[in-house]
Amino acid sequence: MRILISALATTMLIAAVAPALAASTEADYKAAYAAAESANNEAGKLRNQWTTAVSALSAAKKAAEAGDFDKATAEAKKSEQLSKAAIFQTNEQKENWKQMEIR
Amino acid sequence: MMRSVLGSALGLVIAALTFGAVHTAVAADTTNPEADAKAFRKFFTDKFPKVKFDDFVNGPYSMDEGLYQQWKEKEEFPPYEFALDMGKELFAKPFKNGKTFADCFPNKGIGIRQNYPYFDEKQGKVVTLELAINQCLESNGEKPYSYTKDEMAAVTAYMAFTSRGKPFDIKIPNDPRALAAYENGKKYFYTRRGQLNFSCASCHVQSPGERIRAEVLAPAIGILNAMPIYRSEWGGMGTISRRFTSCNSQVRGVPLNPQDDEYRDVEYYLSYVSNGLPISGPGARP
Repeated sequence: MRILISALATTMLIAAVAPALAASTEADYKAAYAAAESANNEAGKLRNQWTTAVSALSAAKKAAEAGDFDKATAEAKKSEQLSKAAIFQTNEQKENWKQMEIR
Repeated sequence: MMRSVLGSALGLVIAALTFGAVHTAVAADTTNPEADAKAFRKFFTDKFPKVKFDDFVNGPYSMDEGLYQQWKEKEEFPPYEFALDMGKELFAKPFKNGKTFADCFPNKGIGIRQNYPYFDEKQGKVVTLELAINQCLESNGEKPYSYTKDEMAAVTAYMAFTSRGKPFDIKIPNDPRALAAYENGKKYFYTRRGQLNFSCASCHVQSPGERIRAEVLAPAIGILNAMPIYRSEWGGMGTISRRFTSCNSQVRGVPLNPQDDEYRDVEYYLSYVSNGLPISGPGARP
């Protein structure tokens, strides 16, 4: 049983790490950047962009220009996640701001 | 990387849930500025029973005895003095067409700070003193000032100085658009934003008197009465626009443009709930 669990854990670890180790291509970067830009624009329309999302997007572009597509893709994905969190925050606060109100 | 993003998102959810648990009441749907102002005043006077009501305009100095003494000494040679002189000069200096700021304002612009912002029914929006100054410049063929510092801080400093001691007297006319602007400002004040998930109220309602690093947080009531201010942190003067935009940046939110609707509306809300407190600007802050 212990061997089985150990083998399963190793397989899962390899499955989790393998994609991260694979080198990113320019196409990966472009796809990640487009998704990040779209999320960032949506947060902008909601008047709630995060500075960190914008910085990560710039870092992605800079890394891509330097030919470092691993870093560029990672930064773009980070930016997308941050913008998605900003969008979540905006929607969550639509009504919940009232809970903070002095009455 | 992913772990830090997930950490941020998780922090956001936990903070939201925690606060929700503490404040379970649901706000009434109708807007009642008068009741809001009364509750606002009660909240701060109950929280700080030893602070004299008029002292709230002194922000962090009203919260800390040591700081209060430092401020008293600083006021003997106030760091905003140079801005006051510059503001007085700019205020009196004729535009190219021969007119001056005095021609744009009631009572020639003297002793009127306490009436700003106001809801302009003709423009259908809140007009702040900063906006009115730039509208005056533009309508006289002059280039508008930057909203955040320099000339704008100087002119608003001079105008505030001529109103020192006069209580805020912000009016909300019987116009649904004015009430909507007030409500929008209130919403902006209490809405969490930025990666740090802070609202204006997180610092200035929940935590006045507490420290953020070396700074003592000011109470929201009377917070605009001392504007514009000289801030040691800025190494110079700053306007209300500068204060709002820098607050947004500090919570890792991208600031809006100075004098966008949200900023003018939140100024309207904050000024209204501070009605009765005297203008003390220009001020100095750490």
